[in-house]
Amino acid sequence: MTPAITRRGFLRKSLRGTFGGAALAVGLPYLEVFLNSNGDALAATGAPLPRRFGTWFFGCGMNPNRWNPKEEGRDFALPPELQPIARVREHISVISGLSVLLAGETNFVHRTGVMGTLCGGAPPTPNENAGPTLDVLISDVAGGATRFRSLEMAAHGVAKDSYSRRSENVINPSEPTPLSLYSRVFGPGFNDPNAGEFEPDPKTLLRKSVLSLVSEDRSRIEAQLGQADRARLDEYFTSLRQLERQLELQLSAPPPLEACEIPRQPEETPVSQDVAHVVRNHQLMAQVLALALACDQTRVFNMVFSAGASGLHLPGSSDTHHTLTHEEARDPALGYQPEATRFVIHGMEAWATFVETLESVPEGDGTLLDHSVVMAHSETSDANSHSVTGLPIMLAGRAGGRLLPGVHVGGGGETTARVGLTLQQVMGLNVASWGTQANRTSRPISEVLA
Amino acid sequence: MLFATRCLLLCAGLFPLVIACGSDGPPDAQGGPVAMRRLTQGQYRQAIADVFGPEIEVVGRFEPDNRREGLVAVGSATVTVTPSGFEQYEAMGAHIAKQVVSEDHREVLVPCEPDSRARPDAACSEAFLRRVGPALLRRPLTASDITSRVMAANRAVHLSGDFYAGLELIVTSLLVSPEFLFRMEVASPRGETTGVLRVDDLTLASRLSYLLWNAGPDEALLSAADRGDLSSTEGLAQQVDRMLASPRLADGVRALFEDVFRFDEFENLGKDVIRYPVFSAQVAEDAREQTLRVVVDHLVVRQGDYRELFTTRRSFMTRALGPVYAVPVRSETGWEAMEFPEGDPRVGLLAHASFNMLHAHPGRSSATLRGQFIRESLLCQGVPPAPADVDFGLFNEDENPKYKTARDRLEVHSSDPTCRNCHRLTDPIGLGLEVFDGVGRYRTVENGAPIDASGDLDGHAFANNMELGKAFAESPILGACLVENVYRYAVGRDPVNTERRLLSYLEGRLEESDYRLGVLLREVAMSESFATASSPREERAATVSDRLIASRARKESL
Repeated sequence: MTPAITRRGFLRKSLRGTFGGAALAVGLPYLEVFLNSNGDALAATGAPLPRRFGTWFFGCGMNPNRWNPKEEGRDFALPPELQPIARVREHISVISGLSVLLAGETNFVHRTGVMGTLCGGAPPTPNENAGPTLDVLISDVAGGATRFRSLEMAAHGVAKDSYSRRSENVINPSEPTPLSLYSRVFGPGFNDPNAGEFEPDPKTLLRKSVLSLVSEDRSRIEAQLGQADRARLDEYFTSLRQLERQLELQLSAPPPLEACEIPRQPEETPVSQDVAHVVRNHQLMAQVLALALACDQTRVFNMVFSAGASGLHLPGSSDTHHTLTHEEARDPALGYQPEATRFVIHGMEAWATFVETLESVPEGDGTLLDHSVVMAHSETSDANSHSVTGLPIMLAGRAGGRLLPGVHVGGGGETTARVGLTLQQVMGLNVASWGTQANRTSRPISEVLA
Repeated sequence: MLFATRCLLLCAGLFPLVIACGSDGPPDAQGGPVAMRRLTQGQYRQAIADVFGPEIEVVGRFEPDNRREGLVAVGSATVTVTPSGFEQYEAMGAHIAKQVVSEDHREVLVPCEPDSRARPDAACSEAFLRRVGPALLRRPLTASDITSRVMAANRAVHLSGDFYAGLELIVTSLLVSPEFLFRMEVASPRGETTGVLRVDDLTLASRLSYLLWNAGPDEALLSAADRGDLSSTEGLAQQVDRMLASPRLADGVRALFEDVFRFDEFENLGKDVIRYPVFSAQVAEDAREQTLRVVVDHLVVRQGDYRELFTTRRSFMTRALGPVYAVPVRSETGWEAMEFPEGDPRVGLLAHASFNMLHAHPGRSSATLRGQFIRESLLCQGVPPAPADVDFGLFNEDENPKYKTARDRLEVHSSDPTCRNCHRLTDPIGLGLEVFDGVGRYRTVENGAPIDASGDLDGHAFANNMELGKAFAESPILGACLVENVYRYAVGRDPVNTERRLLSYLEGRLEESDYRLGVLLREVAMSESFATASSPREERAATVSDRLIASRARKESL
């Protein structure tokens, strides 16, 4: 395990590992250069430290009786399948027992659970969702200020596996490798907020004029289209404007950011659904992402560790995680499927690593994790029966002081839309109720609020 | 005879008074709504090669294509461009533009030299734009296209002090334009009949060239469209026949079958390296290419019977594929034609490694996945998804060592009536292919037990995979499914009711022609439905757009 080396990283208490022979003679700026006297806002602009929202998805759920904590509140014992998060449990709230309420809708296997939680209601058809996903709603409001509205990543390397969707026709694809994520964020076009001197690239102006030129044709093209295609063209122009916004940001000097470090370019790693590869790529992606957030390149992200109906695989096995959940015998003595369950543990270990990585970046008077909230979730609880009842959900981080992590809330069979509503409110969206039909709710989860 | 029966049924059911079935000519059937399709990765690459030549590299990652109702061609009419996708298009476009105007390529690709390298030269910029613009936008340029781009190029020269930076800007602006990235179809009212629209000649030109060549219209076709030739049957026939006779037909046929066969899924195909040490990225690539070569050779070069694709012994081989097929391959590089001997189990497409590795698990074969693919994609039959609440506990006997073969294990599933309904559709076909393992190697035993590959395809019994291929070739729905796939591929959507008459007619024509794909393509290209439209877009889709607008309004109110 070789964490990406950062200038600030070596000062850190918890950034583990060795740094080889890397030269460490780097001058560190004083905190007060960046922060106001309270340590909670940027000195340069007076703006509060940004608040980030992310999702972290793992496929094929867990075994409810081995994953759900028994006690509620702060003093709950970690059940066997949550043991891997022991080292970061103070940063995580566990929410068990919430469901996507079907109320007559079909349970589309491996789809209804994830899109139901993210869209606030069971999808009505295989090609439609109840609405845009949570991250899209949040990035519409919180994503406008940064270079990327959101960043999507898939540790198992499949770009089309992404649950960030404005609709089933607008699916934000995932970066499939650590290197592609790195290049997108820290490659050409990245302005180091702490570089000191700033000189805009004259080419940026030329790129901007290309986009203006294309925009001139908009009304002429639109006039030829029917309503549905006009909406698709509208999406195209929204994407074009996002790039325009990126280019504008590149023309002016970014405000300095104390936590921002440029990670080392990750090496090219093998990409496959072998667990060892996925775990490694996930870790590298998490490190790049953490610094992308610290450098305020985006405030919204979506990580897929393994997809719904997970294809994760152990070398030499004839099965995948998904096929095991359906075809492996339940061990009569243990009461669960031992091979399938190994993948649950891999997932929870990776989740702990992810949380730890965000926690390892100091920011303001705390850490990057303190200014973020990440929702971990899956498309099912018991994958063997495709259950969307009692889905596993966890929230990590304090969202800039709005959340109190470290509790277990038992949801009592209510809708997972309560989590989505809570998160929208925490992220500053002016929403009093959310969800469709049976899943509509106006009750945030008060137990996790600060 | 088959055709007549089907047509009578259709008449009785849907169009009791409108048409006279049994007449020989094509039906005067109106087409459905027009589409706006995003270029696929293959189409984008082809456009760059056509306009700038094969030396220009296309580097970057494309937004994933979206398969809908079995075809990317249908999904391409639903997708848009996401922020991440747009970033990629802009970066790819800029990289292409840079190469086009580079010292290495400008001599060939730029038709003039500027008076000065450091100053604008509007005439030269315009000449360049006129050369590349129409082919990329698939239409003649308007005066305003020219003015705005030449002016922007001039400004770029002032800013950069380099004439070629202006041309670079022109190229990039064309490559990120929605008129390049999407095939926009336009239809307008024809005559006095209300509700009947005719697609305009440029739209028809694009439909033709993408159907037959998987590329934008060439100069000859664009000129024909511009002159109005495509509005007359003779003019249209002249272009269609020219395109069918061109070697580029192979590109079109290849793209059609790549889509029907779901070959884009090769991109994410992985196999267990311990169980299948023979598998590699090269093997996967060659297996895919092998199937496409057989298809093009049989249907285009030999103009063979489509049904014989499932019984042919002719194939092509590479060194990498040798170990998978257990055959010696003489050539160290490249492809060699070969024919499997009589009695060899490698008969027809279903015995190809490509399908058998694609529709399998990383560590084993899957009779169900193979059967599902064949039902859905080659026979156009729907297979319902597995019910969510099946009690899989029933089948945990799967691990029981007494069930050695896939047939043993699947028969346990078939004991449950809920499962049986769907598994009876998929499994008998798939079990006929169990002699091919998870990467398509031939085998006769699994876990020491002999594999029984006998079965029944819709009442047609077979003893092994060779007979399955034969039964498949004789299936009465094979041709109807080809017609359905070709038509949906051609128009980018499911057929509407009015077009069903055309499909019946096409099935008849295909049968009469002994299943020649060329005849089918010509009939589609010349049909009334292909050149007409009912509306810009169906109503149902409008609700999606309403929702998008509502979501945006909500965002703005916050």
